[in-house]
Amino acid sequence: MTTTTAWPAPTGLAAARATGLNKVYGDGETRVVALDDVSVVFPQGEFTAIMGPSGSGKSTLMHCMAGLDTVSSGSAMIGDTELVGLKDKQLTKLRRDKIGFVFQAFNLLPTLTALENITLPMDIAGRKVDQAWLDRVVDTVGLSGRLSHRPSQLSGGQQQRVACARALASKPEIIFADEPTGNLDSRSGAEILSFLRNSVRELGQTVVMVTHDPVAASYADRVVFLADGRIVDELTAPTADAVLDRMRRFDAKGRTS
Amino acid sequence: MYRTALRNVLAHKGRLLMTALAVMLGTAFVAGTMVFSDTAGQAMRNSYSKSYTDVSVQITDRAAGSHASAREKSEKAPGTLTDATVKELAALPGTAKARGVVAGFTGVADRKGNLIGQAWSARGTNFVPDASGVDPRYPMADGRGPKAAGEIALDQATAKTGGYHVGDTVRIAGNGPAVDAKLTGVFTTDDPEVTSGSSLTLLDTASAQKMLLAPGQYSSIVLTAKAGTSETELLNQATPKLPGGNQFDAETGKQLTDEQTRMIADSTSGMKTMLLVFAGISLFVGIFIIANTFTMLIAQRTKELALLRAVGAGRSQVTKSVLAEALVIGVTASLAGLLAGVGIGAGMQAVIAALNPSMPTGPLVLAPATVVTGLTVGVLVTVLSAVLPAVRASRIAPVAAMSSGDQPATQKSLVIRNVIGSLITGGGIALILGGAAAGKSGREMIEAGAPITMIGIFILLPLLSRPVIALVGPVLGKLFGTPGKLARQNAVRNPRRTAATAAALTIGLTLVSALTVLGASVNDAVGKAVTNSMRADYDVAMATRDQLAPELVTAVAKAPGVTAASAVSNVYWDLDGRTRAIQGFDAASFDQLIAVTMNGGSTQALKQGQILVNDELAASAHLSVGSTLKVTYPDETTGSLTVGGVFQRSEMLSPVVMANADIAKHEPDGSISEILVKGTDGATSGLKQAIKDATGSNPVIEVKSKQDMKDEFSRIITFALNLMYGLLAMSVLVAVLGVINTLAMSVFERKREIGMLRAIGLDRRGIKRMVRLESVVISVFGALIGVGLGCFVAWAANRTLAPDLKGLTTVIPYGQLLLFLALAGLVGMIAALWPARRASRLDILDSIKTD
Repeated sequence: MTTTTAWPAPTGLAAARATGLNKVYGDGETRVVALDDVSVVFPQGEFTAIMGPSGSGKSTLMHCMAGLDTVSSGSAMIGDTELVGLKDKQLTKLRRDKIGFVFQAFNLLPTLTALENITLPMDIAGRKVDQAWLDRVVDTVGLSGRLSHRPSQLSGGQQQRVACARALASKPEIIFADEPTGNLDSRSGAEILSFLRNSVRELGQTVVMVTHDPVAASYADRVVFLADGRIVDELTAPTADAVLDRMRRFDAKGRTS
Repeated sequence: MYRTALRNVLAHKGRLLMTALAVMLGTAFVAGTMVFSDTAGQAMRNSYSKSYTDVSVQITDRAAGSHASAREKSEKAPGTLTDATVKELAALPGTAKARGVVAGFTGVADRKGNLIGQAWSARGTNFVPDASGVDPRYPMADGRGPKAAGEIALDQATAKTGGYHVGDTVRIAGNGPAVDAKLTGVFTTDDPEVTSGSSLTLLDTASAQKMLLAPGQYSSIVLTAKAGTSETELLNQATPKLPGGNQFDAETGKQLTDEQTRMIADSTSGMKTMLLVFAGISLFVGIFIIANTFTMLIAQRTKELALLRAVGAGRSQVTKSVLAEALVIGVTASLAGLLAGVGIGAGMQAVIAALNPSMPTGPLVLAPATVVTGLTVGVLVTVLSAVLPAVRASRIAPVAAMSSGDQPATQKSLVIRNVIGSLITGGGIALILGGAAAGKSGREMIEAGAPITMIGIFILLPLLSRPVIALVGPVLGKLFGTPGKLARQNAVRNPRRTAATAAALTIGLTLVSALTVLGASVNDAVGKAVTNSMRADYDVAMATRDQLAPELVTAVAKAPGVTAASAVSNVYWDLDGRTRAIQGFDAASFDQLIAVTMNGGSTQALKQGQILVNDELAASAHLSVGSTLKVTYPDETTGSLTVGGVFQRSEMLSPVVMANADIAKHEPDGSISEILVKGTDGATSGLKQAIKDATGSNPVIEVKSKQDMKDEFSRIITFALNLMYGLLAMSVLVAVLGVINTLAMSVFERKREIGMLRAIGLDRRGIKRMVRLESVVISVFGALIGVGLGCFVAWAANRTLAPDLKGLTTVIPYGQLLLFLALAGLVGMIAALWPARRASRLDILDSIKTD
């Protein structure tokens, strides 16, 4: 097993970093290598997209980096905290304080209003809400008039904007977004993506997004390509066409080999 | 399709377990109640039953002995059963054997001087040896039967309890001072009274007569017929030989057996009814739980059933498959429930025996009716509960199989339900209020109104859940942060489910709190009555409620520290053509011992041979101070009595009061129920001891202060309440299961939310706390409604009782009711243990991915 592309980024600026990350499921015959010696850096203030065909390990990588899944070997760091070896309690605290999540299926609590959903992570932590920041976030996602609505009274796009606001509100070190546009029509999807990009450009947030949509990936500053559990390529300042082109080559390779 | 149904049952072991458990507990509750009822009934029958095997005819003197009631004594004629009567009856052509029987209360003290067994079941009788010196009814296991004064024999169990062996000195007591006797023998007997826990002392006939009746007197004579003489023939021969007077009963063995059967049925029917009510309640709770479980099971399986429909299963096939599943579960679980029910019956008996040793005990009785009822109920209820969900299942559109993501819970409107519920509740409440206003005659209205209101409230529970739970909301949020807030909101998310879950606790708590409030109120009223009407410091009475020996009165009066003592005698005399209960006190000490409020006249009138009557009698018989009544004395003479005063009705006093001296003139051996004592320094332990010593340390004579009397009464109420609590604990058990079911279902449905909460940083403890608090909120909600309804019903019931019990007001024991609510919370906590644990252990990634 050889080391593939290592991303040379200055250590001080990494919001998250993986070094020699391995993730293996099962044993013997059923052994599946989901991540194969992955090393990657997500610099602060950058919008990174992780792409790859299904089964490439892109979701697994994100889950390991976000402390939702355990790794088999290697190192995963958020800021200067090593995730490997942390207990469930410490991981929970880490997710609560340093990480924001945006899920494909929105995952809002139907019993809470939009505003309550946004402040939920801080309520759980027992932290005071930074009102000025909250106003700014709410304003940016354009939810001002709908804060007292419940999720069932909001459209899919609006629900996902609430989810984004929830991820941003607690000022995490990094936001992980898992197919955030997967359940949305293209217009709502575009809104969410611009919003994520703006949060990086204007609010200095770090965002890592897993997607299989080249258009979505084109909103990122950089695209990391995964195949068979390895990082195989990357593109800086990607366009949708360039991403699509790169993806086609996976398909061609898949068909010929 | 049936194979599919069977597969379904087997494929989902977790769900299967919950449903089966619900059915099982429901059946077990019903079966357990029936087993307990039959067992207790059988034991009671045994303890009451006398063996009439060698009895062809029995002649009984009802007025003889300390067991005789005051009324029987007042109404008796002078004749008694004597040796002469026995001889005369023995000489009858049809008599093979005649035996004079002496029977009465005989207490046996243990080495510390305390009574062995319960006072009401302590008996003594005469040992009647045949020519060989053996009494076939009482074969001696050790030693020999009593032959002379100062000798006794004891049944084996009593001797063992007291640690007595042949040759030991044993202290025994009738209704007079205790005496010491030598134990000459220990016997075994199959007398059912003894085998179910009574103590039996044998004395020689002369001593038995002296101690229990009067020398030469018998309480009954038992005749055994010669072969060829029927019981009725013998009865006809015996009847003319009896002394005159209406206190003698002559009955054949068959009549006695029949009468006994009837009497036992009467005395156990109250208990049986009560237990059946509980069985009914358990059934009701059981139906709730089972129906609820099935509804949730179907909801959980929407997709699977829709898939069946999509691949071509007809509606009726889906319905049938669900019903078949119910049948399989019903049969299996009911069988298990039946077995568990036998265990529960045994457990209940053990608990009750531990709480109150005087309850008769005996072997477990599993009647065929129990088996049939248990199984029928279990299977029928399960299948019936599944009908509605099955129909609902058949209506699932095939397309539901295709849709992914959340199934938006189609919340049907509660409007119709609320309207129906309000109407029923309103009707029930109106009945209860009407009953409360009607007073004494309103009891039936309340009995009808209470269950109707309860049903109405059940229908309204979903509506009530939101506002009631909203009340506790702020507290939860403050105390428990985000988990608390989420728990509160989760609890009201599905009002129907919350209501169905809380209902079981509502039933239990309604009954518990109604009984508790009633108990507290009656207790309070009796306490007030004792305090307000008794000036005496001590009350001396037999634990058996039998009459006291007259010589005790003088003995107590002479005890050191006693300033005043009066016997309380009871006679039943004919006043103006109606038999009235008359209570006698010593005229001189009446004011020192008794507190009465006079409406007219004075208690001093007692000293002039006049009588006092209470205001109720005065009103109904149109009496006032100075009125006269025609009296017919038991000695057949007549006279007239003048009303010297009218007093306000008191629970402690008969409607007519007169001086003991005047009673004794016409009925010298009137029944003495108690002695009231006033001490120089009030109620002191020294005085109590002095009185005890004066009664010859008889373990059966109780010396009670006012506080003791109140305590004793509250103990009776507490025991009755404990019995109820024990039974209701079963419905709580079923309720716990319902809560577990609901929570497990909720956790399953909210898997993704829980995963998300974990992802954004709620730790496992937080998740656990959220589930637990939801459970507590639902439980306390159910309990709160129950407590409220219970207090209301108790208030109404009190209003109907008030005319009979002076000074009865509704007393709410807040501490106890709060304790019930706290216990309900604990129940919720316990029920949540497993679902909360499960929720906290959910894998985050799996949960989030769930479609």
